[in-house]
Amino acid sequence: MQKLETLMLEKAKNLLSSGEVSRVLGWKKGELGYDVEPSVFTSAQSLDNFVYNVFCGANLSKYLVQETKKEGKILVFLKPCDSYSFNQLIKEHRINKDKVYTVGVECQGKIDNYKLKENGIEVVESFDEEVDFVTVNGKKFTKGEIVLGKCSVCEKKLLDYDEVISINEKRSPDKDRFEMVKKLESMTADERYAFWKDQLSNCIRCNACRNVCPACTCTKCVFDNDNSGIASKANSDSFEEKMFHIIRAFHVAGRCTDCGECSRVCPQHIPLHLLNRKFIGDINRLYGTYQAGEDTTSKGPLTDYTKQDVDPSDVFGG
Amino acid sequence: MQEINKEKKPLIVAFCCNWCSYAGADLAGSSRLSYPADVKIIRVPCSCRVNPMFILKAFQRGADGVIICGCHPGDCHYTTGNYYARRRMSLLFSMLDYLGIERERTRVEWVSAAEGAKFSKVMNEFASKINELGENKRLEDLRCKN
Repeated sequence: MQKLETLMLEKAKNLLSSGEVSRVLGWKKGELGYDVEPSVFTSAQSLDNFVYNVFCGANLSKYLVQETKKEGKILVFLKPCDSYSFNQLIKEHRINKDKVYTVGVECQGKIDNYKLKENGIEVVESFDEEVDFVTVNGKKFTKGEIVLGKCSVCEKKLLDYDEVISINEKRSPDKDRFEMVKKLESMTADERYAFWKDQLSNCIRCNACRNVCPACTCTKCVFDNDNSGIASKANSDSFEEKMFHIIRAFHVAGRCTDCGECSRVCPQHIPLHLLNRKFIGDINRLYGTYQAGEDTTSKGPLTDYTKQDVDPSDVFGG
Repeated sequence: MQEINKEKKPLIVAFCCNWCSYAGADLAGSSRLSYPADVKIIRVPCSCRVNPMFILKAFQRGADGVIICGCHPGDCHYTTGNYYARRRMSLLFSMLDYLGIERERTRVEWVSAAEGAKFSKVMNEFASKINELGENKRLEDLRCKN
């Protein structure tokens, strides 16, 4: 991983000094080692803080919507899952591709900071692939135990880039990504209702899931409309949370690349990706397998139709 | 039907497209075919005008069932509107079911302008189903209830 970072830094410095790009979009070191955040670097000096390690879970593609409106070209590092979002944004004409220099970087799975903090982290000893960190009660963890949910089921490949920096082969997923969705589907309606009521009532309506989502790029969002009835947190009833999450997932249905950012950033640890995956699963089942962001030209399943589509009443088999 | 009305009044919202189903409802009326008075019809230009939010909002405001009626696939006044509505509603209803909301509370029916009898039959069936299910508890907002 250290070697990968060096290669990336070299690339960034070269492109900056040659003037091919004027800015670099990457990840910046935080104060504590594990609080890595996305950042735009404008000079070779500022790149001293550049970092690429197991904590770089953030998806950078959404930043390009604003960044490509500015002067000059920007270099961006994209992990496999980021590149699907990137492609999807290109398809929706949200990013000006001429102003981006894309470099694909290898990813072996990133760490879930929440899982880490839950254990009372004290110190990070290594940032390498096999991360070592010590918790307050002295326990050591392996990466597999604290990897992001999205990474343990990741099937994404490195797509088309201007350039690719990769050393090792990508690990194959340990689990089926629809496992939990299938489990929920096999429950009774009452159990499912109880499960979601329990989960969604934790929602504090911070809108982090919306703000981070690379598919949510409307300049005017329906959730910012005070008259929508879902613009703020309801104190008395859980309805608003349900409505918010149904609508949020529906608005990205057919465009969601399953990058898992919504669940990664949720401060209440709500498994929001399960809503998106339900839509993805249904789309695959009813309208043929579709992976959003795999290409930049095909029609999305909700902007397309066939005359033989199943009727809503037949979706459940009668 | 009279018994249903006496006991409890469910509230059913029917989104009917202007060109087929709304005219179908009209025909049901002029043919003197009855359908429950609990059904409140909202006229929309096309079934694909129905935003998922409309459906959730109806439930929030105390609807016990929501039915969307449009032209038969292939007969849309705007050529393709109901094809898109069909996909959207399939996904939305499946999602509501996933969240544990009774799947019988939502329905899509294709009713043409000549199908007054079908309109009446569908509404009667749907109303009795909703009556069986009882009040909508899972998707209501207490603050919006009178």
